[in-house]
Order: sequence, then structure tokens, then C-alpha cells
Amino acid sequence: MKKLSKTARQNGITYGIVIIAFVVMQILISTGNISSSLEGLLIPFCYYVILAVSLNLVVGVLGELSLGHAGFMCVGAFASAFFTKCVQDTITNSLLRFVLALIIGALVAALFGVLIGIPVLRLRGDYLAIVTLAFGEIIKNLVNVLFIGRDSNGFHFSMKDAFSLGMEPDGEVLVNGPQGISGISHDSTFIIGVVLVLLTLFIVLRLINSRDGRAIQSIRDNRIAAESVGINVTKYKLMAFSVSAALAGVGGVLYAHNLSTLSATPKNFGYNMSIMILVYVVLGGIGNIRGSVIAPVVLNLLLDYFLRKFQMMGDNVVLNFLSDNRMLVYAIVLIVIMLFSWSPKMIAWREQVFHKKAKEEAE
Amino acid sequence: MSFLNYLISGVSLGSVYAIIALGYTMVYGIAKMLNFAHGDVIMVGAYVVFFATSGAGVPAIPAVLLSMVVCTVLGVVIEKVAYKPLRNASSSLAVLITAIGVSYLLQNLALLICGSNTKSFTSVVGIPALHLAGGQLVITGETLTTIVACFVIVGCLSLFISKTKPGQAMLAVSEDKGAAQLMGINVNGTIALTFAIGSGLAAIAGVLLCSAYPSLMPTTGSMPGIKAFVAAVFGGIGSIPGAMIGGILLGVIEIFGRAYISSQMADAIVFAVLIVVLLVKPTGLFGKVVQEKV
Repeated sequence: MKKLSKTARQNGITYGIVIIAFVVMQILISTGNISSSLEGLLIPFCYYVILAVSLNLVVGVLGELSLGHAGFMCVGAFASAFFTKCVQDTITNSLLRFVLALIIGALVAALFGVLIGIPVLRLRGDYLAIVTLAFGEIIKNLVNVLFIGRDSNGFHFSMKDAFSLGMEPDGEVLVNGPQGISGISHDSTFIIGVVLVLLTLFIVLRLINSRDGRAIQSIRDNRIAAESVGINVTKYKLMAFSVSAALAGVGGVLYAHNLSTLSATPKNFGYNMSIMILVYVVLGGIGNIRGSVIAPVVLNLLLDYFLRKFQMMGDNVVLNFLSDNRMLVYAIVLIVIMLFSWSPKMIAWREQVFHKKAKEEAE
Repeated sequence: MSFLNYLISGVSLGSVYAIIALGYTMVYGIAKMLNFAHGDVIMVGAYVVFFATSGAGVPAIPAVLLSMVVCTVLGVVIEKVAYKPLRNASSSLAVLITAIGVSYLLQNLALLICGSNTKSFTSVVGIPALHLAGGQLVITGETLTTIVACFVIVGCLSLFISKTKPGQAMLAVSEDKGAAQLMGINVNGTIALTFAIGSGLAAIAGVLLCSAYPSLMPTTGSMPGIKAFVAAVFGGIGSIPGAMIGGILLGVIEIFGRAYISSQMADAIVFAVLIVVLLVKPTGLFGKVVQEKV
């Protein structure tokens, strides 16, 4: 048998973790050994993983900070939910409908990624961070003033309110501004979620280990050197950015079809969401795709599921504090991990402590 | 007449942005980092004044001074604990992500300590409103104070930087850290001083902002903070007059956008300005073009 290369083996382990987790969960579900609260978390796990892996493509592989990931997720979610709402009566096969919605969500998100990327990717670092943040806020604002209705004459758009759509009496409001889209069919399932996670991993890992992926990483490591050997910096940046946006859109599609009513609030598509995804990426390790798969699941299991379980067993001050102040915990995690893993002094200290043993053994 | 009223409230809001933008632009010029937590220092400053005046009954001026001291200390502590260890990190992302973490930490600490309910801030400005043109044009005391404060601060800061030794040291450090150190300038001290001044100004901005828009909550500072960064970029990052003009222009654009286009889209308009500025003139109105050396 041909021996697998090191990267192929590493990637195989990553896929394996997802598949094993899926099988374990399926066994738990079929034997009825799973609480309903945990079962409700399964689809969120899938879209958190997709979002974290896709953000890691920008932060870890391209080396730029995007704070508008929730914005791309929002675009994907609304585009696909709108589509589903429109064809709900024509296409009755939920899988086919979901696949079409998925393609539309990903394409629209990718389109926004390119539109934002062309002007913004000429900038670097801090500017990119602030513009993507601004983009996320603009998208959230836009969605909240968008009204779309449909009647026998076709579609009606308005930026003011549902009355100014001027529809016939048989008309139906599809997108109702701050109330969003309601009555979306519940097409997301855990199996679809896991398939999408695997697909996301496949796309991202293939990209990283390809010629294009190496070009992207060379830009991260030294932009000037990459440019001087003839790598088209803007092209590769745009490639990584739009792939990441499309995958965030996929996460959004999964999110939207897990809800019956989709509306854009600061909580789900705001700055907070982008930061939460960033926390997953940082916790899992910047540039480490497998970390981005594990971190969202572990963090949510710890902070959501187990915490609640322990709280039910008895009133505990520390646990109550943790569950009430989850964002505070995220903030501290973010700062401590960054200081621990990036400060030159800490790096030197870690090498002294952890590599001493290895050195002694080598001698 | 309504046009003039909008213009005046735009200049007033813009002056607050300008004072915040000064902190951003100084820190960015010297430490080459975007201090995401700057907006939240504003919020802390406003809370200190709120609790001092409404809670402990301290008069306005001592309360503002107290808030400035608290924010100055906070700014220096943040710099020492969170940013300084990462100053020579191999990736510039590290300090940016840490700054986001600090911003989040401040917001959530405020949420924990002060609660999530909106506090209604009583204005600390005791100047009565001016009624001009037969009562059609009203300039409130807050507006006057804000605009005057902005001009005084910009004037003092420009004098400080061009005429004093520490100010010259700031210029030198922002030009070339290594060379400045060789000339005997205390680089760490200068950076700490920059953070101290920026945070002290943030306290003033917080008080003025909440005097004009009297609702105070843990996220009060984040949006004005981001908009002030837009203002700093607009004016050319690193430039003090640029921060002032960028701030005032942005305030006017925001108020006009809110009045004449759509109140919900005002934020989006401000950010669209940022994208257009970065596309057309990435260095801003008064920024310098810096050649990148290999």
C-alpha cells in the first residue's frame, strides 16, 4: 500500500474526528440516550464549525483580520431563506429545495465577498478589520429596512414599510423589515449539517494544500517577497476572501433553515457574532483547521450544556457567574490566549520549559 | 433654518468624534496599532461621571477631573498589560485581536458592574441655550461647550507636540522607534504618555457625548469609537488637524444623512464614506504617503 503523506494523514484525522463525532451522536440519538437540549445543539454545532473553519481561512491562512464574518452569514441566510420562501409551494422535495437554497446562499455571499473584497483587499491589517466590521453593520442595517412582497403582478420592493409596497390584496409580504422572514420550512437536519461540515473541510483543506493555497500562505508570511516572485497578491487575497465568504454563506443557509423566523438582530448577525467566531478561531489555534472544528463544539458543550447540567444539580456561585457572563469569559479567553501564544517573552519561556526535556532526550 | 440647525448639531457631534479621533490618531501614529478599546474607555469615563454626580453628588468639574484621572490610569494599565507584551510579536494580528478582547472585556465588565439597563445621564453643562433669529435657531449649552472644547483641545495638543520635549519625543517615536531610542528617548514612557493623553481625552469625549445624547449603557462607546476611527482615517491617520476636520465633516455627514436620507441608514452612510475615502485617497485628507521599505 502506498504510504500516505504527512498532510494527507493529518487531514484524514480531521475528517475522522467529524465522522466519529457524527456516528457517536447518531448512536446516542437512535438509542434515545440524548437529552433534547443537546439534540437542539447539534445543528448549531455544525454551523459554528463551518463559520469557524471559513474564518480561519482568512485569519490563519491569509493572515488578515475580518470582523464582518457574521455579515456574510447574514447575506447567505437571507438570500437562501428568501428563495425557500418563494418556492416553498412549487418545490416540495425538501432536500432538492435545500440544495438549491444552499447554492443560492453561497453564491450571493461569494458575490458580496468579491464586491467588498475588490476595494478593501488593497488595504491591509487594521483597515481591513474596520471595513469588514463596517460592512457587517451596513448589511444588518440594510436587511432591517428591506421589505419585499409578492402578489399577482410580481415582486414589490420597499425600503420604508410594508404598506408602501403597494400590493394587490392577494399579495404576501415575504421580507418584513425588522420582523424578517417568517415561516421558513425547517429543512436543516443534522445529517445535512455534517455533510456540509465535511464539504467545508474538504474545500478549505484542498485549497490550503494546493498551489493556490501555498501562494496565499506566502502572502501571509511575507507579502513583499511573494510579490517579488510574481504572485498576484490581490488575486489570491480575493480568492481566499471570497471562498471564506461563500462558506460563511453556507453556514448562514444552515442557520436560516434551522429557524422558523429569521430576523437580523445585533445578537445573531451583529458584531458579537463575528467576535464569537473569532474566539473559536483563536481558541482552536490561528491557522489550525482542526482546532476550528474542535473549539466551537467544546466551548459550546462546556458553556451551554455541561454548565446548565451542573447548575441543575445545585446552586453554585461560580457556575451561575460563568453562565450569566459568557461574553466576559470569551473576552478573557481571547486576551489570555493571545498574550500566551504570541508575546515574544512567552514564546521564549515556553521554549525554555517545554523544549528542555526534548533537548535533554536528544542529547 | 432647519438646515442651519442640522449643521450646528452636526458640527457638535463631529466635535465629539474629533476629540475621540485624536486619541485614535495619536496612538495609531505612535504604536502603529488600532486601539479597539478606545471607544470603551469613553463609556467608562461617562459612567464615572454618572456615578460621581448622580450617585455621590460630586459637582460637575471635579467629577470630570476624576473621570479623566480614572481613564488615564485605565489607558496606561491596558497598554502595559495587554499591548506592550505584544509590541514585538511576529504577527500584527496579535495585538489587534487582543485589543478587540480588551474592548469586549470593558463592555462586559461594565455590564456586570453597572447592569444592562440604560442610565439617563444628566448633562454636566450649566450654560443656558442661545436663542437666535427669533427663537428659530437654538444652540444648546452642550453644543457650545463641545465645539469650544474641541478647538481648545486641538490647539493645546498641537502646541504640546510642537513646543515641548515630550511632544517632540512623540514625534520622534512615531517617525522611527529605533532611532528615537538611540537618541536617548524613553520609548516605552513616550508610548505610555500617548495612551494616557488619548484616554484622558476619551473621558472628556464621553462626558460631552452623554451630555448631548443622555442614554448611557455598556455599549454606548463602541459605535462612536468606530465612527471616530473612520474620522481619523478620513482626516489622515497620524495627523492632529486631520482628526479634527475629519471628525467634524463626519458628524455633519451623519446628521445630514439622518435628516435628509434615512434615519436607519445613517450608520451605513458613515461607513460608506470610509470605503469611498479608502478607495479614492487611502492616506486621508492630511495623511502622508509612506514608502514601504523592504
